[in-house]
Amino acid sequence: MNLDAATIEGHFTDPVLDAQATFRALTDVMARPGTRAENFPVANPPAPLSSQAGAVALALCDADTPIWLDSALREESAIGGWLAFQTGAPIVREPAEAHFAFVANPANLPALENFGQGSQEFPDRSATLVLQVETLSRGEQLRLEGPGIETAAMLAPHPLPRHFIEQWAQNRARFPRGIDLVLVSAEGVAALPRTTTISKEG
Amino acid sequence: MSATAEHIARYNFAYLDEQTKRMIRRAILKAISIPGYQVPFASREMPMPYGWGTGGVQVTASIIGPDDVLKVIDQGADDTTNAVSIRAFFQTVADVATTTETGKATIIQTRHRIPEESLTAGQVLVYQVPIPEPLRFLEPRETETRKMHALEEYGLMHVKLYEDIARHGHIATTYAYPVKVEGRYVMDPSPTPKFDNPKMHMSPALQLFGAGREKRIYAVPPFTRVESLDFEDHPFQVQTFEEPCALCGGTGTYLDEVVLDDRGGRMFVCSDTDYCEKRQASASALLGEEDAR
Amino acid sequence: MYVAVKGGEAAIRNAHRLLADRRRGDRSVPALTLEQITGQLALAVDRVMAEGSLYDAGLAALAIKQARGDMIEAIFLLRAYRTTLPRFGYSRPVETGEMLIERRISATYKDLPGGQLLGPTFDYTHRLLDPDLAGDEQPQKPETREPEEGPLQRVSDILAHEGLIEEDGVLSHGGEPADITRTPPDFPLGRDARLQALSRGDEGFLLALGYSTQRGYARSHPFAGEIRIGEVEVELDVPELDFPVPLGRIRVTECQMVNQFKGSMMAPPQFTRGYGLVFGQSERKAMAVALCDRALRASELGEDITAPAQDEEFVISHSDNVQATGFVEHLKLPHYVDFQAELGLVRQMRAEFEERDRASDHKEAAE
Repeated sequence: MNLDAATIEGHFTDPVLDAQATFRALTDVMARPGTRAENFPVANPPAPLSSQAGAVALALCDADTPIWLDSALREESAIGGWLAFQTGAPIVREPAEAHFAFVANPANLPALENFGQGSQEFPDRSATLVLQVETLSRGEQLRLEGPGIETAAMLAPHPLPRHFIEQWAQNRARFPRGIDLVLVSAEGVAALPRTTTISKEG
Repeated sequence: MSATAEHIARYNFAYLDEQTKRMIRRAILKAISIPGYQVPFASREMPMPYGWGTGGVQVTASIIGPDDVLKVIDQGADDTTNAVSIRAFFQTVADVATTTETGKATIIQTRHRIPEESLTAGQVLVYQVPIPEPLRFLEPRETETRKMHALEEYGLMHVKLYEDIARHGHIATTYAYPVKVEGRYVMDPSPTPKFDNPKMHMSPALQLFGAGREKRIYAVPPFTRVESLDFEDHPFQVQTFEEPCALCGGTGTYLDEVVLDDRGGRMFVCSDTDYCEKRQASASALLGEEDAR
Repeated sequence: MYVAVKGGEAAIRNAHRLLADRRRGDRSVPALTLEQITGQLALAVDRVMAEGSLYDAGLAALAIKQARGDMIEAIFLLRAYRTTLPRFGYSRPVETGEMLIERRISATYKDLPGGQLLGPTFDYTHRLLDPDLAGDEQPQKPETREPEEGPLQRVSDILAHEGLIEEDGVLSHGGEPADITRTPPDFPLGRDARLQALSRGDEGFLLALGYSTQRGYARSHPFAGEIRIGEVEVELDVPELDFPVPLGRIRVTECQMVNQFKGSMMAPPQFTRGYGLVFGQSERKAMAVALCDRALRASELGEDITAPAQDEEFVISHSDNVQATGFVEHLKLPHYVDFQAELGLVRQMRAEFEERDRASDHKEAAE
């Protein structure tokens, strides 16, 4: 392993409390789809892995959670090194083997069904995908309904995986199996658990 | 001796090591995304006995931060010995602020009750759960109950409830009354009286359930449908009490029966001590104002 | 007027002070030292290490002292401490074939290479209370003999040489052993996970289950092939080094049971095995584990599951005494909210019952 400065640096300022704050923010947004966590702790991974995506990795990943990287992140070898050094997580090539997937270029994401969906007996054994998006508010308006939402919530992330609405409807239909999404951007962090129903506004 | 004493490790913030917290945190996130489904987790031994809230304590320890305000209740009261003990534990290991006031808490860990005061968005209610499997008393084997949940095969539960009606004229379950979450998973609400079941439905608060010995975590996100199982001809009903609370005069709360003497003397008082004290305080404040006039 | 009970905090504080006082006992008697406990109550220390799953005699002694000699409480203390320890790595499997042996017996051979070594056993002591032990009588120095050259062959290896016993099991899932402290049980378990659970299981519970197999509840015709007690080396592979790093020695007890033979038209008859390995010197536990291990292999060996000791989910779910004691003892916690709920229903149903009774009396009287 190449132990240069970029690999060793970039962890949380306070590993214990920043991990707690990151997790708590993720809990809030996973429990309330459509809401955004703004004061997200800062991590400094090598680009193009974003600070927020890096914080999610530091807070949740370790030797027990294989990570998949999309080609934009895989091409930058410093990222794999950073994740391996900071979290101890193995990097896997097959989407189906990953517990977490980090995606810098959501528009090129392989179909959601390629990621671990869990089984009918153990639907929790499924992947969490962390998508780096440019915005949570300036994309196409999506209407969200389901657990965590009193009536309806709005979110406008961009860019999204191809045919996202259709893919998400299929993901929703597989319940209790399915993947969960975390959307990270400079505007904050949001989440879409598999229970959320998404429709285009209007 | 001192060599042994010296090499005893210092404990981490909130007691658990970071790897354990990550594992529990991942389980909590999956629990939120699959409401009512019991996520297996590698529960740790805690410094209090299994069955005494180790699941709830592990959940609280994994979510709590320095800005949180913690309330711990057992049987609805902040001053029951086990609640006192768990609160003291978090004061020691996480140096966290505590409160007895429901409205001021960000995290409420509970055993056997849901507070009377409505919870609000941003609050987290952490339940201590002894037996998380609602089907356990019908089928003791985990291997079987897991299949039943996977196939959404809950007929056995309805049969059991209906047998109650045939034998007793009532559904004979008064606490840990099974619920269905978001129309999919049958879930054990922990041994709260069924009086509290309606409070789980569409609650603005996040509800997390921890079963340490049985190694399960589950969740009900805010604004999630939670329906108590029942039948058209025997709709679900909560307990009602004939008299108001003898201390605060409140009605529509869950009451504890207090035996006063050996001649059958008894009184009924609110089990939620914070709620009851608040009502008493505001009543006496009102009285004070009247006196001043 | 009635005032709600208060003062939980003060009550707990006072209970702890009283406990500390009772633990210390008569102040004119010197306090026990940990050296006295590790040296003179060594088998208690061994049990606490085994069921506490932590090999540290000093801490186990401290736990026994803190628990006032309540073994399950001491085991619990050690477990709760163990939970907080960071994990540096996984050792190599210990090689019990290389054990520095203090005791080694076989019930299947009269004599064998290396011989029968009784070691420090209670076996042939007459259980007569010894008044000399009430004082500080100095015992005689023990006889010692020169250790054998090289390792002592295992009895199972002698049988394996002739192909008369099944091979040692192989690890499933790519040679990575299970870790029951890191993964929740998912029944059916692999034998590795099962043996781990048995190894930290309650001695009394496993003893009773093992005994039940001898009495016909899943009889497995056991012979104590070999029991050996002694020290083994613990070694760690370090990525940068091409040799394993020795970390130290631990004392373990290993039991290999030789059980009911199996065979078919296709496979020649062979004895089967039951295996037990525990920390410290604990023959009873290792033997009980070996009996339970064999019983729990029923489905693997195509045997009918008819007895409690063969029921994996039942045995493993109830073998942990820290879990068991916690849940049994939690019944002392207040349950008055639930009890009130039951009370309310029973009163209501009684009222309805009496109402029906009265109604039918009335009806009879009218007829």
